[in-house]
Amino acid sequence: MSKAGQLAIETRGLTKAFGDQKAVAEISLAVPRGSVFGFLGPNGSGKTTTIRMLLGLAEATEGEINLLSYQIPKQLQDALPKVGALVEGPAFYPYMSGRNNLLRMDSADRNSSSATRAQRVDAALERVGLTNASNKKVHAYSLGMKQRLGLANALLKPRELLILDEPTNGLDPQGTREVRNLIRSLAAEGITIFLSSHLLTEIEQLCDHVAVMSAGKILAQGSLEELRSHGQSRLILKVDKKGETLSVLKQLGLTKIKSLGDSLVAPVAFDADVPKINEALVKKKIRVSEIRVEHPSLEEYFVNLTGEGFEVVR
Amino acid sequence: MFAKSLFSKSLGLSLMVSELRVMFTRRRTWALLFAIAMIPILLAIAVSLSAERLAPGEGPPFLDRVTQNGLFTGFTAMLLAMPLFLPLTISVVAGDTIAGEAGLGTLRYLLIAPVGRARLLIVKYLGTLVFTLAGTLTLMIAGAIIGAILFPVGPVTLLSGDVIQVPEALARMGLIAIYTTVSMMGMLALGLFISTLTTIPVGAMTGVLIASGVSQILDNLPQLAWLHEWLFTHYWLDFADILRQPMELSSLMSNLLLQLGYVAVFGALAYGRFTTKDILS
Repeated sequence: MSKAGQLAIETRGLTKAFGDQKAVAEISLAVPRGSVFGFLGPNGSGKTTTIRMLLGLAEATEGEINLLSYQIPKQLQDALPKVGALVEGPAFYPYMSGRNNLLRMDSADRNSSSATRAQRVDAALERVGLTNASNKKVHAYSLGMKQRLGLANALLKPRELLILDEPTNGLDPQGTREVRNLIRSLAAEGITIFLSSHLLTEIEQLCDHVAVMSAGKILAQGSLEELRSHGQSRLILKVDKKGETLSVLKQLGLTKIKSLGDSLVAPVAFDADVPKINEALVKKKIRVSEIRVEHPSLEEYFVNLTGEGFEVVR
Repeated sequence: MFAKSLFSKSLGLSLMVSELRVMFTRRRTWALLFAIAMIPILLAIAVSLSAERLAPGEGPPFLDRVTQNGLFTGFTAMLLAMPLFLPLTISVVAGDTIAGEAGLGTLRYLLIAPVGRARLLIVKYLGTLVFTLAGTLTLMIAGAIIGAILFPVGPVTLLSGDVIQVPEALARMGLIAIYTTVSMMGMLALGLFISTLTTIPVGAMTGVLIASGVSQILDNLPQLAWLHEWLFTHYWLDFADILRQPMELSSLMSNLLLQLGYVAVFGALAYGRFTTKDILS
């Protein structure tokens, strides 16, 4: 299988300009198949514009898109039936019931079977827990219920890829939990999930890969482990003989060791060999009550990349 | 059978059914049809309540005939409704086609379903055509019913002086509904095009209505006589030709050709605009 075949989404130099302003500037995404890919960025950083281009709703000013190995926009009609999406919030006909809304959306795809339509709609409603409200008109739905109906719409057919734009927006904590569990169970089925969010905790809880976007550019991209390893990891030690410990650590090549309270802290590599350090200390009869490596939080890294400010970047 | 399955495959019959279901689920659609039905009803009640019979020629054309034969009610109501009220109600539906979906945000979900942009345009256009036919039929049927209740009904004396029996008169009322629907085809295509330009349905509706107003004004300026036969409103009142014996077909054909021309031009413009448009709503 070619490299492109292993990527669910691949873009090269993808750009969207509105007048002089580049909402999205030359981004190159590589979303592996089967991954839960977090698309992280503050509001207004170009995430939704990118998603609109991926789905053929907006035309790229420049660059290439491959979606499930189909060229976009050329092969859009082949790619889209395999993609479920929630784009910039759910949208429905308020004067129709939730169930009739889904029937309507499903009949829009000429290749979707009308024989199984009702059955698939009911299954999707059940999956998001809306069965009991399915005959209520959508204008009587809460925002959370609309969000779930939007997810049900994305699940009307067996999908290879789900593109979910801020799927927990407007949900209460209980609803947020349920949606996250739903996403986990979908990922467990092997569906690639591309999840855009401005919430770092959401990405950290759900995703194994992440791209960080700010002001139209991708600042970092990779597996969560890779991104964490960008920051400085620290060894934290609690021992009874600090002096002897220092010399052992220096022998092991550690520098810049600091004493913080009753702990020793030393910067180490991301994959520092903790058992080896422990072994060396124990050999010198040093009693170790705590030894661990603390990785930098993704939040620190994220704030480093995108800046602390509350201001709109542009 | 083959043709049917081909149609069902290429256009998606279930999308057409779904489109009509969405349209006729809306209370607004029924309110518009109700308002259309009220025209002949109010007209008939007003005529029957006025104690003094109108002298022939007084008031709107054919109003005097209503009292002699109830079957004229629908016909007279159509003459009243054609310049403003019918275009008004139809512009609501035509302007809503794409702009309404864009305003709700459902347009983006239809497109990623994926519906296919050209296919959506065709289904939307056919939907407005069905509504227009429903509107004109509603007007004629409401007219026939209220006319039969309030006035005598009998063989109809045509504009040419010939007399036709009641069943044939009813068939001709049906033809008038079809003819006026055909007359609206150009305006519906214009409405579809304007609707692709905006995400605000009211804007599109107003645009359509203004266009029909301007077209009718131009049609009344003798200095622009050369232009008249190109205006989409030019043949709107010619449905009276259906009430002649034999039916005067030449203007009906000119109208059909003109309307198809408008459909081709504005259909192409709508296609060109919509298939290249960024959907940012």
